[in-house]
Amino acid sequence: MTKKMVCIECPKGCVLEVDMDAKPVKITGNKCPKGIGYALSEMEDPRRVLTSSVLTESLELKLAPVKTDRPVPKKELSRAMEEIKKIRLKRAVSAGDIVAENFLGMGIKLVATREVGLV
Amino acid sequence: MIERELVIVGGGPSGMAAAIAARENGVKDILLLERDQYLGGILNQCVHTGFGLEYFKEVLTGPEYADRFIKKIRGLPDIEISLRSFAVGMTGDKVVTFLKPGRMERVKARAIIMATGCREKTREMVHIAGTRPSGIFSAGFAQKLINIEGLLPGKEVVIVGSGDIGLIMARRFVLEGAKVSGVVEIQGQSRGLVRNIVQCIEDFDIPIYFNHKISRIYGRDRVEALDAVRVDENFNEISGTKFALKCDTILMSVGLIPENELIEMAGVAIDRKTNSPVSEELNKTSVPGIFVCGNSFKVYDIVDSVTRDSLAAGKLAAEYLGRARA
Ligand SMILES: Cc1cc2nc3c(=O)[nH]c(=O)nc-3n(C[C@H](O)[C@H](O)[C@H](O)COP(=O)(O)OP(=O)(O)OC[C@H]3O[C@@H](n4cnc5c(N)ncnc54)[C@H](O)[C@@H]3O)c2cc1C
Ligand code: SF4
Repeated sequence: MTKKMVCIECPKGCVLEVDMDAKPVKITGNKCPKGIGYALSEMEDPRRVLTSSVLTESLELKLAPVKTDRPVPKKELSRAMEEIKKIRLKRAVSAGDIVAENFLGMGIKLVATREVGLV
Repeated sequence: MIERELVIVGGGPSGMAAAIAARENGVKDILLLERDQYLGGILNQCVHTGFGLEYFKEVLTGPEYADRFIKKIRGLPDIEISLRSFAVGMTGDKVVTFLKPGRMERVKARAIIMATGCREKTREMVHIAGTRPSGIFSAGFAQKLINIEGLLPGKEVVIVGSGDIGLIMARRFVLEGAKVSGVVEIQGQSRGLVRNIVQCIEDFDIPIYFNHKISRIYGRDRVEALDAVRVDENFNEISGTKFALKCDTILMSVGLIPENELIEMAGVAIDRKTNSPVSEELNKTSVPGIFVCGNSFKVYDIVDSVTRDSLAAGKLAAEYLGRARA
């Protein structure tokens, strides 16, 4: 059986074909090596980097944009959003600063993606 | 009246890149006007990833991409950044009028670079039958409401058009807890990147209706539903294919047009069809010394290309000012 999927690692969007019967599975269609890793993880445990914003208190912006420092399992995305909604950021941050340590209890960090100063 | 060698209007990625390149090519007296309270332009509301792969060889979010340039520009001498400065007028002899909180100022420039970005098309709405209730937004405006203002404009959404901003917003609405009942696209395929179809639509099992258009909107005060109908290759409705989609919000993602009203005031020739300046060469206009870059020159898909071409605009201005050799 072959499975088709689109690699989302870059805007080229290669159509990958995964031959599931071959051992180890054979992947074709990728224009660069990243496609292989993508296809493998997509079959075992699909993950996505989650981006969103957290509410702030006494900062210059109402929201601070954030991202996970690593891809989150797809099935955990809605739980991750629940957690993000609970956060209130109260200190000034720069891009790259950690907003939540060990987010979701999986060792994943939530980091700020822009500078947000005090009012 | 103040005088400046170079005035740049707009502090998005294009304006910042143009300023940096002009400075690096020897222009020493630069004023950058930005109407917002911060630099970065539209990137600030694009909190998702997918920026910068070409230019920085890294995957960044919109705000991170902007942050890199903000840091760079702040580190350069001779560039004055004037925030909350809204350019409202321009003349052919390069006098720019701008509003700052509580006052109006005029600056005479020897060269001008316009980097005012684009705005969303909304015209297509006019042809849809039915009522005109509230709840109809452009996709980019909804993006601003959610990502900057922290307001969720609706609970049950239909997206019209499948440009990247619409696709990105479909995912955002789902993540924020709303339902996206469908994406309705009149063409046979998406205008957006395939990766956005995968990670924004398929990941969340959102129905996407290609070769369909909206034929009617229902609702008195607020949108309640719409009719979608299949179209043939000439975009005519195919009878018997109509179905209703319940929704309280409709997002329009039907394309962008360059924002160029100011240079038109200054006598720059504008192409009526595209709203871009009439131009024989990248970034140039019909008036020598007035340059345009980024989304106000033409609508770009990827910000990396905006940066590349806007760096070129900064160099062109430096050449015009006799600072750099062509
Ligand atoms: C709603 C929207 C969403 C987008 N989402 C994506 C995306 O997800 N991914 C992607 O790759 N690209 C996206 N784009 C394309 C994106 O716009 C470009 O990649 C890039 O941001 C364009 O840069 P720019 O500097 O030309 O314009 P902008 O980023 O729009 O910057 C223009 C700047 O000029 C300022 N300005 C305008 N008029 C005046 C004035 N009269 N006086 C003073 N300042 C002024 C504005 O405030 C703004 O800061 C999006 C575009 C829009 C409109
Ligand atoms: S395989 Fe490589 S080139 Fe193709 S989409 Fe994936 S990352 Fe991009």
